[in-house]
Amino acid sequence: VTITLNHYLIVSFLLFAIGFFGVLVRRNFLTVLMSLELMLNAVNLNLIAFSQRLSDLTGQVFAIFVITIAAGEAAIGLALTISLFRLRRTLNVEEAATMRG
Amino acid sequence: LTGGAGWAFVVFAVFALGTALAVVLARNPVHSALFLLSSFLLVACIFFLQRAEFVGAVQILVYAGGIMVLFLFVIMLVHQRTVKGATAFQHQWDIALLFLAVFLVPFLYVFWTENFPPLAQNPEALRTVRGRPAGNTEAIAWTLYRDYLLPFEVASIFLLVAMIGAVVLGKRTIEKAD
Repeated sequence: VTITLNHYLIVSFLLFAIGFFGVLVRRNFLTVLMSLELMLNAVNLNLIAFSQRLSDLTGQVFAIFVITIAAGEAAIGLALTISLFRLRRTLNVEEAATMRG
Repeated sequence: LTGGAGWAFVVFAVFALGTALAVVLARNPVHSALFLLSSFLLVACIFFLQRAEFVGAVQILVYAGGIMVLFLFVIMLVHQRTVKGATAFQHQWDIALLFLAVFLVPFLYVFWTENFPPLAQNPEALRTVRGRPAGNTEAIAWTLYRDYLLPFEVASIFLLVAMIGAVVLGKRTIEKAD
């Protein structure tokens, strides 16, 4: 089979959609964070595919920056997870709906 | 990609999507984390297929190495028992479907109207530095440190801020003894 840019776009969109569903419908805060990582990964897939097709390295450099942001986001998100668990003894995002501390 | 590489892409893509779905659907967060790990590795394989070796290696080192270890540490720390019988999903399916439509419509519009180049125009440009052939890593280094030096520095400051923020968020509040 011959793989064109369109196939990459479809795979990347599906990956993004799966991550998006995960963020919205999961209750466990950890799984929500993992789904966020899936979405960032889908963006990277797109960046690499376009970098390849347009013969421009900017896409790959941008993907490296996205990975950097993902690392920072994971660190902050997991610190939030720990403080949420310490406060509520749960990771259910529905029980963390109140704004009172 | 043609021939065997094309089939390899199909296999990697199908398994990456399948494991991504398993991340969302798995009840146990440990299972989710392991499926996420395999999804990252498969996406890295797709990067290797496209001859973006450096980004693939960074993906394996940072995602599969660093972020997954963080996730597993936190899963271990919070030590949450999966509640039998309780649903793992909340009631936001309607919002999720609505937003999926919001994403899908522009995607399909661009997908049908735009004519992307089917093949790489000049694939050797990705591995050439100043007219001489070089590796993918060297080409990325030239681009990153010459054209994108300021974003690179900003990224390092971002990481510093994220580190400080994570420490501040994660530390226990010290009770002042009076």
